[in-house]
Amino acid sequence: MSLLEIKNLKARVDEREILKGINLTINPGEVHSIMGPNGSGKSTLAGVLARREAYEVTGGEVLFNGKKLLDMKAEEAACEGLFLAFQYPVEIPGISNAYFLRSALNAIRKYRGEDEMDAMDFLPLMREKLKLLDMNEALMNRSVNESFSGGEKKRNEILQMAVLQPKLAILDETDSGLDIDALRIVAQGVNAMRNKDRAFLVVTHYQRLLNYIVPDFVHVLRDGRIERSGGPELALELEEKGYGTSEAGAFTAGAPA
Amino acid sequence: MATATQALQNYTDTFGQLAKSGQRAPSWLQNLRQTGFDRFRAAGFPTTRDEDWRFTSVAPITQTNFQLSRNGHRLPTSQQIDAYRLAGAACQLVFVDGRFASALSSPAPSVKGVRVASLASLLASEPQALEPYLGRYLNTQRDAFAALNTAFLEDGAFVHIAKGVVLEDPIHLLFISTAHDAPEMSHPRNLIVAEDNAQATVVEEYVSLGGAPAFCNTATELIAGNNAAVSHYMIEREDTQAFNVSTLRIQQGRHANIASHSVLIGGAIVRNNVHPVLAGEGGECLINGLFIGNGRQHLDNYMLVEHAQPHCGSRQFYNGILDGSSHGVFHGRIVVHKDAQKTDAKQTNRNLLLSDQAQIDTKPQLEIYADDVKCTHGATIGQLEENALFYLRSRGIDEVSARRLLLMAFASECLDRMKEGPARQHVESLIHAHLVTLAKSSAGFNRASHRSDIERHVEEVG
Repeated sequence: MSLLEIKNLKARVDEREILKGINLTINPGEVHSIMGPNGSGKSTLAGVLARREAYEVTGGEVLFNGKKLLDMKAEEAACEGLFLAFQYPVEIPGISNAYFLRSALNAIRKYRGEDEMDAMDFLPLMREKLKLLDMNEALMNRSVNESFSGGEKKRNEILQMAVLQPKLAILDETDSGLDIDALRIVAQGVNAMRNKDRAFLVVTHYQRLLNYIVPDFVHVLRDGRIERSGGPELALELEEKGYGTSEAGAFTAGAPA
Repeated sequence: MATATQALQNYTDTFGQLAKSGQRAPSWLQNLRQTGFDRFRAAGFPTTRDEDWRFTSVAPITQTNFQLSRNGHRLPTSQQIDAYRLAGAACQLVFVDGRFASALSSPAPSVKGVRVASLASLLASEPQALEPYLGRYLNTQRDAFAALNTAFLEDGAFVHIAKGVVLEDPIHLLFISTAHDAPEMSHPRNLIVAEDNAQATVVEEYVSLGGAPAFCNTATELIAGNNAAVSHYMIEREDTQAFNVSTLRIQQGRHANIASHSVLIGGAIVRNNVHPVLAGEGGECLINGLFIGNGRQHLDNYMLVEHAQPHCGSRQFYNGILDGSSHGVFHGRIVVHKDAQKTDAKQTNRNLLLSDQAQIDTKPQLEIYADDVKCTHGATIGQLEENALFYLRSRGIDEVSARRLLLMAFASECLDRMKEGPARQHVESLIHAHLVTLAKSSAGFNRASHRSDIERHVEEVG
């Protein structure tokens, strides 16, 4: 059974049609990348899948592990094993990063009928994952993302992913704002989690990230539709020719001028 | 219900009886009460035409015939009080309908230089110990409720910390309203004296055990000597039929450091006045508050901060959370007198509105008569942040828990200003329990209304 099956998904934000019929199937163990110019609907797709309420689904169906994802609330999707690494991780003053992460883990464990973890059990797990991402433990006692650098915020996203162990991780422009060292560490964190059961959907504007997280499939999103799909070589082609080329040249099918 | 005239007559009659029974009191005390009552008669209850009461109508108080409780015949049991103990307190004084209840209280701490007793017992046995302080600071001219409190001054707590004595654990003053069948009133009066270099923490907490409307009109004079450090807590958590008007008048000596923490979560109409006078050079005052309203609660925070001497600092931080049709008021007035050069005064009021019907009036007011001062004030009004809610939920945390976490984080800004210790722990657990309930009742609001345009920000530097 495929892990994620998106059929003719349509969605809008504030009366504006953004997704105009997306079809995509992801199997366990696969890494897919969605690329596309600004405004093509990449982040909207990520948001809809993570069940952000601001996006109104107007058509289509999404099955996650065989269950209807569009009927789930954000927290249910998360408990079912979906994870979104945010493009802009949110700062939450007054809630410590460690407390937040443990609350999230326990919410998911509870949903799955597992025992909650107390602070003592959680600490070694957290430390192990911090090491993986070369993160300072001091960040865990600070408020969630508050005054974190751009790189620290992105690493914090991957840390959460490493602790929560999702079935499907969606990385929304995780490379934006990262220097090359941070990018390498983030990619390492992701690659360490790749296995035959877990899938990734890597949303990115640039090919750069895909040098480190090599996808099995690349999809080009334009004007709310997947315009073209291919292997990792497609990303290189886009890098070379730019998105603009596609309009004029090789893969124009259906693309607006 | 009664007309305002009937109610006023009721107070006059009650005062008459009280004055008769108090004829054996020292003359200074009789004068104090009489002056208080005269002042109250002359001023009458405030109306919304008074600038200081613009946002708060006290009509439900003035139109009710409150009686002083015929004390003693329905003392709560010790078990009933157990729910209100403060773990780790140095001692607890329990007042039932304004009267000290010795049987329910724990003995004063046997620390040399620490004296904790009921005001009534001292007025009877040793009034000269009170005379230098009692009624010397509370301003009855400005405030009819303070005048009324003074007129009915009988009992309350007396706390005295001698020079240089440090009492680590908090003194817990518990005031219980037990009105059962008819509306009842009480007028507790507290006097806290911390001599030079003394340190103490005093927690006043107001709760109800009855079912009928109760009106608690309380006043506290806190006198802090040079270099004294006092933390004062006012916790209002009476039931939603209760009316509570409180005034904390703080007199600070040189380099005295005072923290006033107000936590308002109960009551129907609540007015909390905090009035510090920084009367010695180098004094520091923190006025910290958290008010959480729901239903039809009306919670009014009024501060008058007077800088009378140079080089003093005052900080006001109030956070409000308002749900249902509740109404919050923040009225912070800072007066910098002409000698108070190098004053550093700051005032911040942040509010979260959780429903369309909830309301906040925030009014900063600066009066500066010195020329070398730094005064800032700011107010914000917003909702729970949609982004933050989604972030938490996207990690598996359900909506109610996510709201509770965000509300707790907002409240923590106030809790974090309290010194670590039993008093803070006590407040934290109260707030935590309260927000669990509130998070449940307010879930779904953001989604329903999609208001993101009400964020308002005022920041001025004067």
